[in-house]
Amino acid sequence: MNIVILGCGRVGSTLATMLDRAGHTVSIIDFSSEAFRRLEPDFSGTTIVGNGVDEEILIRAGIKEADAFAAVTNGDNRNIMSSQIAKEIFNVKKVVCRIYDPIRESTYHELGLETISPTIVGAQLIFEALFSDKQEQQTDKG
Amino acid sequence: MYIIVGGGGDVGYYLTKSLLSQGHEVLLLEKGAIRYQALSEELGQAVVRGDACEARTMEEVGVSRADVVIAVTGEDDDNLVICQMAKKRFKVARTIARLNNPKNELLFQKLGIDITVSPTRSILSLIEAELPGSSFVTLMRLRRAGLGIIEVRVPPDSPIVGQTLNAIKLPRSGNIALIIRDNEYIVPTAETKIFANDEVYALVNREGEEALRDALGATR
Repeated sequence: MNIVILGCGRVGSTLATMLDRAGHTVSIIDFSSEAFRRLEPDFSGTTIVGNGVDEEILIRAGIKEADAFAAVTNGDNRNIMSSQIAKEIFNVKKVVCRIYDPIRESTYHELGLETISPTIVGAQLIFEALFSDKQEQQTDKG
Repeated sequence: MYIIVGGGGDVGYYLTKSLLSQGHEVLLLEKGAIRYQALSEELGQAVVRGDACEARTMEEVGVSRADVVIAVTGEDDDNLVICQMAKKRFKVARTIARLNNPKNELLFQKLGIDITVSPTRSILSLIEAELPGSSFVTLMRLRRAGLGIIEVRVPPDSPIVGQTLNAIKLPRSGNIALIIRDNEYIVPTAETKIFANDEVYALVNREGEEALRDALGATR
């Protein structure tokens, strides 16, 4: 699949590496070229420096041919706007949007966006871990 | 009216002051601590520190009784979310967004924002109006209705100079609403003649604009 990722932070870079290794064609956007240092050295995808809420940057990243788009910058609003551009302007079939703020997440979920709130997911996992019997919890980056 | 303004930059500040002086109830939201301090010294209780994208902040300032929410931060994504949250979650009747990138106009329109204002676009059309040969200027778009208010200066070599509106036969959708000639305004009738250099104002849809353009022999 052709996949565009917006945001090369911890989640974005990890996701990009996973998808790349799984054989997908990945292009990843970040407004800072420094961010791409987080990618593994064997990353074979494309990196694009720019603002992800700018249609021209998304086009340069191949949004027109993309099968999927994931918005994982640190800014909820940037993720929300770019996801809606991908969905409404470029008709990308699969769009996933990370939103930290649970209220915003539920609002946009109701509006038909596929949203994930790490705040709720993280709190839930930690809640469960606190009451689990296991001595050693597997910690994994989220 | 109760108006909530999101973003206390220069636009938000002057907008708040103007609306207050017109007697409206206005609340300005600014999230930055330093900027908030400066604003509150002058505007007092009309400014609240908070993020207009946060539902809790909006609830605290009584968003559900707001008549209008205006988002004028320097970031289009923030302006979009402020307006969408106000519209979709809090059922605010009217939302207005400042566009920093004029290319976002279509997106905002698709996503249900009632009115968008783009300073970049406005300045561009003003410059276009000053350029020789480009006599059509779009003053305003009424998006829902698919109409625009346009201004055009009749070129001296236009084929319609000296003709009555009756003879020009514009479609209804290209009707001329007002003519300004020598600083006087004329509400035209069928018998009104068009003179060179008349400033013509028309309420048009897309076809009407084309028809008017063709009739005037005006260039883009």
